[in-house]
Amino acid sequence: MGVTMGSERSPRGHGAGDPTRGVPDGDAAGVARRAALTQLAHPFGRLFWVAVAAVIASLVRIAYFTPIEASQGPAQKIFYVHVPAAVTALYLAFALMAVASVLYLWLRDPTLDRVAASSAEVGLAFTTVVLLTGPLWAKPVWGTWWSGDARLTSTLFLWLIILGYLILRQAVEDRAQRARYSAVLAILAGLLIPFIHLSVYLFRTLHPQPIVLKPSAPSLPSEMLTTLVMSFASFALLFVALLRARYRLATIADADLADVATRSGGAD
Amino acid sequence: MTPPPAAPGVLVAAWTIARKDLTVELRTRAAFLSAAVFTILAAAIFLYAWDPTAVAAIDLAPGVLWVIFTFAGLLGLNRSFGAELADRAIDGLLVAPISREAVFLGKALANLIFVLGVQVVAIPTVVLFYNLSLGWGAVAAIAGVAVLAAVGLVAVGTLFSAMAVNTRLAELLLPVLALPFFVPIVTAAAQATVLLVNGRPLTGALDWIRLLVAFDLVFVSACTVAYPFTIER
Repeated sequence: MGVTMGSERSPRGHGAGDPTRGVPDGDAAGVARRAALTQLAHPFGRLFWVAVAAVIASLVRIAYFTPIEASQGPAQKIFYVHVPAAVTALYLAFALMAVASVLYLWLRDPTLDRVAASSAEVGLAFTTVVLLTGPLWAKPVWGTWWSGDARLTSTLFLWLIILGYLILRQAVEDRAQRARYSAVLAILAGLLIPFIHLSVYLFRTLHPQPIVLKPSAPSLPSEMLTTLVMSFASFALLFVALLRARYRLATIADADLADVATRSGGAD
Repeated sequence: MTPPPAAPGVLVAAWTIARKDLTVELRTRAAFLSAAVFTILAAAIFLYAWDPTAVAAIDLAPGVLWVIFTFAGLLGLNRSFGAELADRAIDGLLVAPISREAVFLGKALANLIFVLGVQVVAIPTVVLFYNLSLGWGAVAAIAGVAVLAAVGLVAVGTLFSAMAVNTRLAELLLPVLALPFFVPIVTAAAQATVLLVNGRPLTGALDWIRLLVAFDLVFVSACTVAYPFTIER
């Protein structure tokens, strides 16, 4: 991920519609502004389209070139979207968000705040996919849209906490204050998730539900495994591409604000 | 000529701040009265929200108690740092020769006493409305669970109150931030209460009580450490 982050400074796309024309060179502020404007023209970049193509290829493989599972029928194919989205959200997006937040409070580098905010937003999109595909699969297989299962409930509350995190960021104008507040919230949320999981787990063991069909961990046939691995890879790639795009937009927003602050004479 | 007083220790300073907040509250009684009235109103509304012939009161009461407690707690928490905004009183607290941790602990201590006061109203109200017959042992056990739950709730709530008052959304933000953190507390406290009102011994609720103790330890320390980070250096 560090590689893609670093590439933000490489200028590209100096075509006819070059947005950086007219920006003075020479001083550091001018260079930063020029780089930011270059990104504005291409926040997504080639990587995004590669990732979209990879996801489409995975979806085609899931739909047409993967065998239908015997006991669950076509509904099982949701698994190839649901699980990679969940793993990407939890182990890439929210892990990155928590680590960047801890590092922010330590180093106070605005870059880390932008990384945390960007992964929160992209992680929210992936978690939304998880929460939408879960019930779609559960209805035909479990016979119910929703169950008070520990993992389901933890995911729902994680989704709500991320929404709260983004609302908090909207509600604070000062950038340093916003970064401090959101880092504190992200770290506490990291501590909370195990407690929610444990409480719902205890809740269910004390009050057993009628036994529902649970997905045992079947050893996947190689065709299905290939599809799953492909899906994982394409989702991870999409995450990196979206994160980079969101990070660039955040950089531009901060650069613009800094510019306005400088012009109005206020210190940033 | 007397020498300047030495800076007080963390706990002494925390108690001084808590006493200040409690004195203000005792003189106005604004927040406590509204929280108490809210508690009674909410208990009465819940009484009519379910058909008592369909669901047994003993099954409803624990959930009602803890939902009311959570929301009444939020009412008090909002005031905690909101009151310091007037005349920028918070600046006075922050320049005092005491640690930031002491400011947080003092605020949290005052909130804890406030929230326990709300419990003193909420538990008898629910017992009365839902016609529960509890032995003294069960009452003591529920009171113990209430104290454990209140500590965790107040630790998280005080920290988020300090943050929320400085945002554009002010008190609207506190429930959005704090309620997810109340989920383990409310689940554990309500489930322990279910066992206790059904006359089970305390040992049956031990898992839930352990969860509450763990939550308190983790979040009291985490929030005390985190509070100074919410203030500009």
